[in-house]
Amino acid sequence: MLLVLCPNCGPRNSADLRYGGESHARPDPATASPTEWRDYLYRRDNPAGWLRETWYCRSGCRRWFTIERNTATNEFRDPPLPGDKRGGKA
Amino acid sequence: MTMSRLGTQSTEVIDRSTTLRFRWNGKRFRGFEGDTIASALAAAGEHVFSRSMKYHRPRGMLTADFWDPNLLVQVGDDPNVRAGHRLLESGMDVQPQNVWPSLRHDIKAANGLVGRFLTAGFYYKTFMRPQKLWPTYERVLATFAPGGKVDLDTPHRYHDKRYVHPDVVVAGAGPAGIEAALAAAAAGARVILVEHEHAVGGHLRYSSSESARTALSELRAALDASDVEVLTDTTVTGRYEDNWLGIVQRNHPIAVERLIKARAKVLVVAPGLIERPYVFAGNDRPGVITSGAARRLINLWGVKPGERAVVFSANSEGDAAAADLDRVGVDVAAVIDGRDGRRVSAAQGPPKALEAVVAGGTRTEADLLVVAAGWTAPTSLLNMAGDRPVYDPDAARFFPSDPPSNVLATGGLAGDGSLDELRAHGAATGRLAAERAAAVAHRVQARTARALEVTGDEPDWAADDRTPLGRNPHPELYRSDTHGMIDLSEDVGSKDLVAAAREGYDSVELAKRYTTATMGSAQGKLETVNTVAAIAEARGETIAQVGTTVWRPPYAPLTLGALAGRVFEPVRVSSIHPWHEANGVSTILAGQWIRPDHYGDPAAEVRNVRTNVGLIDVTPLGKLDLRGPDIPKLLNLLYTNKWSKLPVGKVRYGMMCAEDGVVLDDGVTGRLGEDHYLMTTTSSGAASIWEWVENWLQTERPDWRVHVTPVTTAYTSINVAGPKSRELVSRVTDGVDLSPEAFAYMEVRTATVAGVAGCFMWRIGFTGELSFEIHVPAGHGLHVWEALMEAGADLGVGPFGLEGQRIMRLEKGHFIVGQDTDGLTLGPSTGLSPLIKLDKDDFAGMPELAWAADRQLPMIVAIQPDDPAIVPEEASQIVRGDTNQILGRITSSRMSPTLGRSICLGQVEPELAAGGTKLTVLLTSGQRIGATVIDHHAHFDPAGERLRG
Repeated sequence: MLLVLCPNCGPRNSADLRYGGESHARPDPATASPTEWRDYLYRRDNPAGWLRETWYCRSGCRRWFTIERNTATNEFRDPPLPGDKRGGKA
Repeated sequence: MTMSRLGTQSTEVIDRSTTLRFRWNGKRFRGFEGDTIASALAAAGEHVFSRSMKYHRPRGMLTADFWDPNLLVQVGDDPNVRAGHRLLESGMDVQPQNVWPSLRHDIKAANGLVGRFLTAGFYYKTFMRPQKLWPTYERVLATFAPGGKVDLDTPHRYHDKRYVHPDVVVAGAGPAGIEAALAAAAAGARVILVEHEHAVGGHLRYSSSESARTALSELRAALDASDVEVLTDTTVTGRYEDNWLGIVQRNHPIAVERLIKARAKVLVVAPGLIERPYVFAGNDRPGVITSGAARRLINLWGVKPGERAVVFSANSEGDAAAADLDRVGVDVAAVIDGRDGRRVSAAQGPPKALEAVVAGGTRTEADLLVVAAGWTAPTSLLNMAGDRPVYDPDAARFFPSDPPSNVLATGGLAGDGSLDELRAHGAATGRLAAERAAAVAHRVQARTARALEVTGDEPDWAADDRTPLGRNPHPELYRSDTHGMIDLSEDVGSKDLVAAAREGYDSVELAKRYTTATMGSAQGKLETVNTVAAIAEARGETIAQVGTTVWRPPYAPLTLGALAGRVFEPVRVSSIHPWHEANGVSTILAGQWIRPDHYGDPAAEVRNVRTNVGLIDVTPLGKLDLRGPDIPKLLNLLYTNKWSKLPVGKVRYGMMCAEDGVVLDDGVTGRLGEDHYLMTTTSSGAASIWEWVENWLQTERPDWRVHVTPVTTAYTSINVAGPKSRELVSRVTDGVDLSPEAFAYMEVRTATVAGVAGCFMWRIGFTGELSFEIHVPAGHGLHVWEALMEAGADLGVGPFGLEGQRIMRLEKGHFIVGQDTDGLTLGPSTGLSPLIKLDKDDFAGMPELAWAADRQLPMIVAIQPDDPAIVPEEASQIVRGDTNQILGRITSSRMSPTLGRSICLGQVEPELAAGGTKLTVLLTSGQRIGATVIDHHAHFDPAGERLRG
């Protein structure tokens, strides 16, 4: 089981967290075109390599955080950032 | 071959002063404490233990350990027990498996006569057609299937789980593994040493040499004096991400098995080597055993494996076996040295015994053939860590390639050497493991913001400066000049693999699945490399070119009981639960909550609420306490409607949609004070909506000042519903004017109820009746419930459950998120478009809802069957006339006690949504009935006069 580094709680089993998936910025809802909005809803880069992704420490500090993970090796690159959802492919 | 017990051996593990009586195949036997089932039987002269899976050939001992494919037996109600490993216990009832009608006379051995028809892929080819005969084939084949008998009445036994976070786990307690554990512990690491066998020592245990005895006692003494936790009869079955290890302990004092889940900082893999059988004609005949089996039998259990032996030896272990045989008085008739290019070609004799061995054209009479043809490196744990071991033809085995740096191999898996060299490599590996574990620990601490203070810099990732072990040359011995059995568990011969390759199944992964080689009880430990070699030979390629299959977890089989562990399913109950149980409740499991479904007659509960007053325990309702100045902004963002002007003391209903516009949740939120709100969610959404709120606050609007506290279980929630609810509540409430003028529908007050201060009370309800929902500090919930029951006795107060509430909400046409909506139901489909305020700046799902506003969507509508006595099952389809074209479905249906007719909610295509539309409902019976869409969602009191009263 993957060991995820929570910025507050330290390393935790991934089952203790909720996977928020690839992080992605939310478009401005007032101006977003249907294509832009649906890219935000459904399209992911899914790279084989470094990825910025979000996790929610549901059994610990209950904080959402963003961290970079190499999807090919499952290596984490610190530091994890609270909240921030910008970016996708790192 | 006649086995018998030898005189006392210096190495033996049996206690000859303790005799154990047991039964085998219905007869009485005796063994000693310390015997395995198989060693006791061998000592008693038994030499046939099973029939082979496909051809039902008589099988004797092969490896005399856990992996022996011929030693699966039934012990009592426990099938597939490994008699080569399981220790003998007094009173065991041991039965052979896979025999019919008996071990001695097995009718299915006739399969062997037609063996040439039972070749690779036989079952696939033969039982394909005609398809309608499959049930017959299946029934017949099932009686031929191997394995023991499952007793469905077996009592449930206790299995345990343990979680542990060691610095270093060492898998394998041979000399290298023990040294690794000792060195790591000496360097300050917390170490668990795991040994598959019943005692530590590896191959030293069955070596009678003086140096081996000395080393073993040294190592054992050092372990006893160390802090290393030693687990014997325990197997590391799997290595997963970040050294998450599954470890099965089979000798736990209380549990049948204990599954240990370990998060190791560094894993040392030291399983040693597994002796590989050799392929030649008759190699599965009773009397043909590996050199390790011979040495174990003699040295561990004092069993003489035969009278006259031929030894085929290609290495020092084979030579040692020959010496052991000679020492205990076995007549070693010939030693065939595999290093000289000599080969054994055939083992001959009647079906159940060995009579002669043929090698180099010479026939030697013997009742025992001991084979030392080489080694298989059990690289499983390295494979699971991502390593792809590489074949070395000079050493005739696979070696680790490039495992991750927190997985270290040592011992025979890593190379060859003298005992001292192996021990030195193990110790160096242990020191390296401890250093790297310390670096992992430091890194973890340093990167945890709220951890204890970390001192010093992070240690460097220690370089691997171990002196590598050498590699002894070994002849490549896989198949002789004859064909024989490769997989004894599955009865797959070298000819079958040749045939499979000829038919095109020439990749190892395909051939494995086609022939089932490596898929039996030995799981490749004995036969994988021989399988690869046979395919390589058929393809005219090398073993390195063919490559090997990837070994996956588990390393050794484990029971489903071990995986399931203890039954641990927590449930939640409200503080009122004892009252429910004392008053005839029928409960229903809703998520983790045990909730009252009804108290005997839900229809009567409904009538009582409609005429008098009822109480329902709605504690699981999700409750979030919100504090802060930016709450209106938050509510505007999460709900589709507007919240900026909600005054203190008012509550409002809202619907939440996800960013794709799909209905997510609904509920009411009340303003308790200037900067204090209470949000309620659906019971099933309590946890997920909390996460949803936190997600928005933490990631999208981190500057907003709102603090969220989940208070679902901090309050016991009671809904008092019915025309007499005001009268009842007024009898127990202080400090609040309950008159309709002072406390109107959709308002909230803080009150003292039955003497309990700090209760929130609001006038809402799901039933459509005049209702007061009271949220009581949980410790006083039962008291307030009982006080209401007592105070309302003369009003006819009674409890009602979830079923009654569901009937009443359906009478009122209130949809339930997840019941009447699904993962595609957009906000406007609920009929609540007026609550979707597209003129707001922003809210979750707004763009999708704006685009949806211009589209025709399926709608939730209230439906009444034309025949009021028919209640269509939920999920019945709404179809077009006599066709099967689906136009919608019934999402909720009940018989209404209030209206005396069946009522429904359903989702229908937009053109069917208007009131008065005639529908055809296809019942599950196939019958079609007429039904009509009604004008309002509410079947009852559409104007809502009752609840506003």
